[in-house]
Formats: sequence, structure tokens, C-alpha cells
Amino acid sequence: MTVTTAANDERRTEPPAPRRRGAASRRVQYRAAPLILGGTSIVLFLVFFVWPGSLGLIYSFTDYTGIGDFQFVGTENYEKLFSDPTFYQALTRTLLFAALSVPLMYVVSLTIATLLVSNYTKGKTAAKIIFFFPWLISPIVAGVIWRWMFGESFGFVNYVITTLGADPLAWQTDADLALMVVVMAATWGGTAFNMLLFIAALKNVPRSYYEAAEIDGAGGWQRFRHITLPSIAPTSFMVVLLSSLGAMKEFAMVQSLNGGGPGTSNTFLIQYIYETGFERADIGYASAVSMILLVILMSIALLQLWINRRRTA
Amino acid sequence: MSALTKTRPGAAAPKSRRARKIQNSASIVPMSTFMWALAALYAFPLVWFLLSSFKPGSELFRYPLTILPENPTVAGFEQAWDRFDFLLYFSNTLIVAVSTTVLTVIASAMTGYALAKYQQYRWVKIFFICILATTMLPTEVILSPTFIVIRDLGLYNSLAGLVVPSILTATGVFMFRQYFVSIPDDIIEAARIDGAREVGIFFRIMLPMSRPIIMTLAIFSFQWRWNDYIWPLIVVGDESKFTLQIALRSIVGAENIDWPLLLAASAMSLLPLILLFVVFQRYVMNEDLNAGLKD
Repeated sequence: MTVTTAANDERRTEPPAPRRRGAASRRVQYRAAPLILGGTSIVLFLVFFVWPGSLGLIYSFTDYTGIGDFQFVGTENYEKLFSDPTFYQALTRTLLFAALSVPLMYVVSLTIATLLVSNYTKGKTAAKIIFFFPWLISPIVAGVIWRWMFGESFGFVNYVITTLGADPLAWQTDADLALMVVVMAATWGGTAFNMLLFIAALKNVPRSYYEAAEIDGAGGWQRFRHITLPSIAPTSFMVVLLSSLGAMKEFAMVQSLNGGGPGTSNTFLIQYIYETGFERADIGYASAVSMILLVILMSIALLQLWINRRRTA
Repeated sequence: MSALTKTRPGAAAPKSRRARKIQNSASIVPMSTFMWALAALYAFPLVWFLLSSFKPGSELFRYPLTILPENPTVAGFEQAWDRFDFLLYFSNTLIVAVSTTVLTVIASAMTGYALAKYQQYRWVKIFFICILATTMLPTEVILSPTFIVIRDLGLYNSLAGLVVPSILTATGVFMFRQYFVSIPDDIIEAARIDGAREVGIFFRIMLPMSRPIIMTLAIFSFQWRWNDYIWPLIVVGDESKFTLQIALRSIVGAENIDWPLLLAASAMSLLPLILLFVVFQRYVMNEDLNAGLKD
């Protein structure tokens, strides 16, 4: 998409060049301008992305601990990694979290956006503010809020459950229930932005399509399935891509929600990288995990781009 | 709205106006109920948390729980203010958020303009792809090497270490680029003929034109920085440099969580963003601007 716009713009930016000399002297001027304007970002890009990125790649082949010298150990870190059960646990737990939270996030955001543009709902402006509000809340505070709701011996949810006569659930000490709370909290916090993307997309679907479908006798679900969903496909792609990348990087909220617990059962990849890198000071090993995560993130993006291309082609 | 409702009778068979009206109101009730049930579900965790922050410590864990605090108190807030150094963390966060936001807006506007209007150079296009690629290589992923870089630059444990690395964001650059691409080049050509210099054209003509983008990115950036956890975690080691998020995390991470303190301090940390939201709501919830991210 961006490539085509870039090509179009290039055609437009080419100056008409009425006088040969003027055009030549201007070209000299232009050469400096983008460098001056973009210079800061180029430096920042090199210092805070290229530098640490390359260091990470180099460290992943060393036994660096953050101080002193390091030695190249070849692919030892990677070999150790692939036989490390805690790494596999973190990896599968993160993937499970993504597999649970991304579909939920998609369905909930789209449902809410549909309700917020529907002609059959009242009080849309107020409701929109409520749905948007979690966007303002930091992941740390969101974790606190949900921890408070799902406290095992004092939380509101267990209070309601016991009042209804059932046994309280182990939201903190049962690994799977704890993951459920993380999924709910992540969906709650991530809805707002996806909802806005969906609202914009839904408003852009031409009304005439729906009118035509109605004349042909299509019901509400059929209209949604055959008009709305295909029309908002680019936004759906965007939401799924961003949510899955976000899910793979989930960290801050879990830190305050249950710290990856109980024990290490809900430790996600970023937390694993943080703990090996900073608490165990095993920077070489942590960098190897980083590189694996990087490959995963890129594969997710490329896979989804590929699916998207194939569908539109 | 009425035009739309008229065209949506829901069934193919033509109906009388009256029948349509009945059918419409029949859908309005369940749909609205459903939407408001969801809204209640979304609001409840926050409402419960805010109400709890006004409960005295003895009431927090006393069964039966009550929705409203029986003896509302601000003791938790006082405690957060006095014992917890709230003001220090608050001002640290504010300094970082405001200065990063200003720098992010300026840098993103300049870079976005360069990427939009000088595409005749190949390096400009390549740099744009590099910027987009940074979304694949976020700081979270390369925590340890980033820490080494921060340390070697001498930025460890300084507020500057929180500001400088977070200036460049792909989203900010992208927002401005998309906006400037949509502005016709004729304006630039005209200014060039009038003898304006390239950098002058940007600062005097283009930057003032992009006010809506400036506002939106400023709010976004402030929210990112205010709520950021990753950078302070890497950069800050000393308690006097803590930001609010790190300070809150230190309460949650304790062996015995001081809930009255935690609830009050968390609630107070939300205030600036709520204020910002109330004042600039139309910039924040503007779908059309966010839709620019879609490309």
C-alpha cells in the first residue's frame, strides 16, 4: 500500500524545472533539507535501534554478563535454549495467551464498534466514553484493578460467587484461572483503540450496499457476514496484526496483576527475557531469547501480510 | 438518522410505516440493553476500584462487602501523599512526559515532512522502511542490549535517559508523513518561487498547518510516556528518579501489599490523563485521525 503511494508522490514531487540552471541549483538545496529535518531521527534510530539490535545479535553468541570481558561461545546459548524447559514453558504460555486473547479482543472490539454505529442503540456517546476509558489507564494500574477484583480471599468476584452459594475460585493460585484473568484484563485494556479503528471502518462502508442487500431480502446476519466483514477486511487485518504483536509482548500488566504467577507458570517471554537478563545477569542467554522472539514477531507479521495479499489478490 | 432507519426495515416485504416503527423500537430495546450491559461490565472494575480507594483499611476486607464505602475516608490518599513520596514520583513522571512529548512532536513532524516531501532520494524511502521496521524491534524485545547502550551513553539513572530514547516513535513519524503526503506540493513550489528556504517552508508554512496532527500526537505521546513501564524499568535504579508506574509496581511487588496505599496511589496516578481526556476529548476519540494509522 505504502509503496504505491510513494511512487505516486514521487511523480508529483518531481519539479517541473522551467529553467535548467534553477533546477540544478535547487537540487543541491534539497539534498541538505531532508538531512537537516530528518537528522535527529536518523541519529536516534541508529543509537536506540540499530546499536542495541546489533549488540543483541552479537551478545546472543557470547557469555556476556554485563561487566568485564566476554567470550564467543558459538551457538551454545541457542542450544541451551532449545533444551530449556522453562523457556518452552514461557514460549507456549505466551502463544496460548495470544491464541486466547487475540480472537476475544477481535470479537469484543468489533461487537462494541458495531453497537456504537448501530441505528438501534441509545446513549452511544456516553457508552463510547465508557468503552474508551480503559485506554487512559496504565498497564500497571490495570493490573492492580483486576487483581483487586479477582483477589482470592477478598476480591469482589469471589465474594459474589460465595454469596451465590458456590465455592470461591482460585484466581491467583490456579495457573489456568490466573491466565483467564490476564486474558480478560488484556481484552479490557486493549478494546478502546481497536474499537476506534473498527468504528472508522464501519462508517466507511457505503450505505448503498446495505440498501441493495435489503431489497434482495438479506437478513441482518447475512448483511454483516457478506457486506460488513469483507468491507472492513483491511482494518480486521490491522487489528489482528497489532493485537497479536501486542500479545507476544505482554509484560507490564502481568507484572502488577500476578507477577507471572502462581510461581513461574504464567511467565511470558518478555518477563523471561527480563529475569534472565537483569536478575540472573545472563545477558548472552537473554539476548538469544530476544532474537528468537524477534524471529517470532517477524514471522507473525510476514505470515499475516502473506495471508492478506493472497486474499486480496 | 431518520433517513437511515427508513432504509432498514429488516425484511424484504414492504411494510407500512407503522409496522416499521414498531419493529424499530423492538430492536432498539434489546440492542441498547446489550450495549449498556457491556458498558456496565467495562465500567465496573474501575468503579469498584475507585470506590474501594475511599474505604478505610478496616472496611476493605470486611465481609459482607459493600459497593459504597460506609465511612468514606481520604486516609489512603493522605498516606500516599505523606509516606509514599507521591509528589516526587508525580513530578518526575510529569517532567519526563512533558519534555518527551514536546520533543517527539517536533522530531516526528520534521521527519514525517522529510519522508513525505523528499521522496526523490532513495535514502529517504529506505529510511521510511527502517522506521516502519522499528515496530518489529520494540525495546521490550531487546531489553538487555538497550540497557548496555544506556549505560555506555552515561544515561543510566537519569531523567534524560527516560526522555531521549523515547523521542523517536514509528507511529508519530507515520502520522505526520501521511498528513504531509496529502498536502499538495504546489504550496511548496509557490513558497520556493517566493524565495523561501526549505527549512523555512517547513517551520513557517507546513508545521502550523498540521495542528490537528500535533494535538493528537501530543496527547498520544503524553499517554505513552505517563503510562510507560519498560523504559523507567531499564533506566532508573534510584528511588529518587522513580516514575509513578515504577513506584506503584514496587508497592504491588511487596511481600504484603498495602492495599489502602496502593488503591489510593493508583487512583491518584490516573488524574492527569483523565483531565487531559476531558479537555481534549475530541482529539483523542477522533476515529478519522486514528484511521490514518490504517495504511
